Amino acid sequence: MTYDTYNIPKNEKVTSWVFAGNATDFTEEGGECVLIEGEQIAIFNFSSRGEWYASQNICPHKQQAALSRGMIGSEKGEPKVACPFHKKTFSLCTGKNLNGEEAAIKVYPVKVEEGKVYIGWH
Amino acid sequence: MKQVIVVGNGMVGYKFCERLRKQIGEEEVQVKVFGEELTPAYDRVHLSDYFQGKSKEDLQLASRDWYAAQGIQLETGVMVTRIERDKKQVVTHDGKIHAYDVLVLATGSMAFVPPIPGVDKKGVFVYRTLEDLDAIQSYASKCKSAAVIGGGLLGLEAAKAVKDMGLKTHVVEMAPRLLPRQLDERGAGMLQITLEEMGLEFHLSQQTASFVGGEQLTGLQFANGEQLLTDMVVISAGIKPRDELARTCGLSVGPRGGVIVDDHMRTEDPNIYAIGEVALHKGMIYGLVAPGYDMADCVVKQLAGEEVKAFTGADMSTKLKLVGTDVGSFGDALLESSKGRSIVIEDRYQKIYKRVNISEDGKKLLGGILVGDASAYNMLHQMMMNGMKLPPHPEDLIIESKGGEQAVGGGVEDLPDAAQVCSCENVTKGDICTAVKEQGIESMEQLKSCTQAGTGCGGCLPMVKDLMVHTHKQMGKEVKQVLCEHFAYSRQELFSLVKVKGIKTYPELLKEYGKGHGCEICKPAVASILASAWNDLIVKQPTIQDTNDRFLANIQKGGSYSVVPRVPGGEITPDKLIVLGQVAKKYDLYLKITGGQRIDMFGAHVGDLPDIWEQLINAGFESGHAYGKSLRTVKSCVGSTWCRYGLHDSVSFAIEVENRYKGLRAPHKLKGGVSGCIRECAEARGKDFGIIATEKGWNLYVSGNGGSKPQHAQLLAADITSEECIRYLDRFLMFYIKTAEPLNRTSTWLAKLEGGLEYLKSVVVEDVLGIGEELEKEMSQLIEVYQCEWKAVVENPELRAKFRHFANSDEKDPMVQFEPMREQKKPVNW
Repeated sequence: MTYDTYNIPKNEKVTSWVFAGNATDFTEEGGECVLIEGEQIAIFNFSSRGEWYASQNICPHKQQAALSRGMIGSEKGEPKVACPFHKKTFSLCTGKNLNGEEAAIKVYPVKVEEGKVYIGWH
Repeated sequence: MKQVIVVGNGMVGYKFCERLRKQIGEEEVQVKVFGEELTPAYDRVHLSDYFQGKSKEDLQLASRDWYAAQGIQLETGVMVTRIERDKKQVVTHDGKIHAYDVLVLATGSMAFVPPIPGVDKKGVFVYRTLEDLDAIQSYASKCKSAAVIGGGLLGLEAAKAVKDMGLKTHVVEMAPRLLPRQLDERGAGMLQITLEEMGLEFHLSQQTASFVGGEQLTGLQFANGEQLLTDMVVISAGIKPRDELARTCGLSVGPRGGVIVDDHMRTEDPNIYAIGEVALHKGMIYGLVAPGYDMADCVVKQLAGEEVKAFTGADMSTKLKLVGTDVGSFGDALLESSKGRSIVIEDRYQKIYKRVNISEDGKKLLGGILVGDASAYNMLHQMMMNGMKLPPHPEDLIIESKGGEQAVGGGVEDLPDAAQVCSCENVTKGDICTAVKEQGIESMEQLKSCTQAGTGCGGCLPMVKDLMVHTHKQMGKEVKQVLCEHFAYSRQELFSLVKVKGIKTYPELLKEYGKGHGCEICKPAVASILASAWNDLIVKQPTIQDTNDRFLANIQKGGSYSVVPRVPGGEITPDKLIVLGQVAKKYDLYLKITGGQRIDMFGAHVGDLPDIWEQLINAGFESGHAYGKSLRTVKSCVGSTWCRYGLHDSVSFAIEVENRYKGLRAPHKLKGGVSGCIRECAEARGKDFGIIATEKGWNLYVSGNGGSKPQHAQLLAADITSEECIRYLDRFLMFYIKTAEPLNRTSTWLAKLEGGLEYLKSVVVEDVLGIGEELEKEMSQLIEVYQCEWKAVVENPELRAKFRHFANSDEKDPMVQFEPMREQKKPVNW
């Protein structure tokens, strides 16, 4: 599996939402990795902002499946995650690499309804 | 829309792509790149780092994803075989046709192989590509000696590489001296002495007549009849431009190769440019990257329709580290093209040679040579490039003043604004100072991303930093050490706030004294402060910890973790050792004995960590905190209980000290050592604190370091008792913890501490600040509340459940994969 296999829907065109877990399963102010149709997806419960984000779990730098274990934070207001391996940071909104020239990560729409977390999948 | 085709994906070809995309987007110009090698462009300048353990990916200038993201179509392993100029198209080896509007030849060069008989024997190599290096490395494993043909820059680089492989290394050079283009006779002689002491052997004024041997090479036959027996040869005798494509399509080439270009890198065909080592400009091939980058820039500007200055040649000055000694050569180093006089100093004790060439009228610096100490290179090079006025006594340029001050008279403030400080990215002093002034830049990171200065080879970084500091001073701006954009405080200030206000959590501190939502810099720094202040369980605030602290284990390549139980002083019973073996076997862990006298168990899945630790704890082990910025080990020698030289029982004392400070969190990791006598088998002086037995008691040394900048610990107190030693250690460690910046080891902290060791002594030993008792009290409070972090997790089902890869599945991470190696396992390469 490489991160190239991640497909990504455009937010407005989401036709299928996949259940990812109960909101209480996700550590506040941090990430968890979920397995969705064979793909590793990192879901971030950015509770201090009241926001949820999702991205591919694999960092483009060294192809390690670890973004969910990274620290989240903000850079000039933009929410971001830092890969725990070499601290490459990526915008959680756009997926853009903020401190280098790595490829962007794929980000997914997330919604939480009645305590259940869903990822926009197709 | 224009179609640009770039033939060649080397350093210059890549730089062309990078610069092009900075100026022109996909919608205006489409770019296709063909590279003959299988990998995307890599850093050939640092090729020998490959032997030092850098991977191919480390050397890569940009990943394939980068090209994709830039909308550049990169095809590697594809050779362009023909240019059809009339149809404006190229044909590749697989017969495909690609049309272009603009063609850029960046085919570079290949190693020049002299036509010596026997050159086709096994064991003859060139030093040019990663494939060459792979071939050399695999052949060298069967060899005892090697000869490098060529004593130029690349030749000496190659010589270092084969020497590092453990081979007896010879260097054969036709000229009577090394680096004939950069150094004069005496400079080259000085370099030679230094390199000979490192074990290289030189054969100067020697021409190789033939390679001797059967199918395999066994030696060299020189023209003067002498022979040199050797198992392999690496040829590094210069370069030959890859101009075949240009030749076959009828473009003019020079008599010794190279596509002829004008001052705008144009070949005879207005649609074809040539840049880098394939381009012949005014009879010159430039074998350095900086001129190649300038050429790339020149073409990009033309495509962007900008006004372009003519390329008028390039400065061939170089500074490099050769086999551990510095060499610099700049301007008219050999006084060949201008008239002038030289000032020379030659110090055969320190093996330093310096020469500056000054114009006849004594006003201008024309060039110079530095061997053994090239610290003045940047400044001298700038003086020469900018025609700056010389100091009244030009000898001051290279003679150190008595006080050990930097020799060069002028500092960065004397440079003109036009001075090019970063030659890789072509950034001037003016660019840097303006950016600092107008964009409010406060850190090197900001400055680098804003101006690109120092992002190439990095050689100019010290000067860039000086310029930033100088500009700040000029602006009357005091740049405060702040943690990051979320906290406008230094670590020391935050530590005091946490203590005084009794703050226990990150969100509290952020709310009261910070802004925004934190980041990967302030979160672990604050986590460390909170731990040093309260020593509460760090697992209570998992998401502000670095991943190692969050999972209480060290993340390794591939995403598995390693487990290190504490083995105080390195003393272990057979029963405990057996348990380690059993646990490792059960979970298929790779075992290695660490430098700190304990056992590291690698390759654990994150989900297995609690079970592994449960078994270790049941056997009497505790967390070793190998994952934390905290006390690691106190290494000991065997001491007076067994050793016939030992003065005191170093093992017992090491165990006492290690158990006292276990779990102590600090701005960075802490290591200690205790030696039973001056033979120092525990290598205690390479640690943050080292204790060495004397006839009368112990000597306490502090702030030593191994690592990238090795430093011996310095004597803080001599002939003290065990109790005094503990008291001083308490004070020293607590003082460090309270005042150091994040991620500064004790050695860096002491180096920055105003007043240095003498001041530290006055605080710790003489207690001039009157804080001794307070420091001791703070330390004993931390020691009192210590608990084993892993025990707390193992006993708590809720915390145990946090150790998993997937939140919605019990499956292990399928990407964690291993392969066998020497009867154990290792992660597959990334």
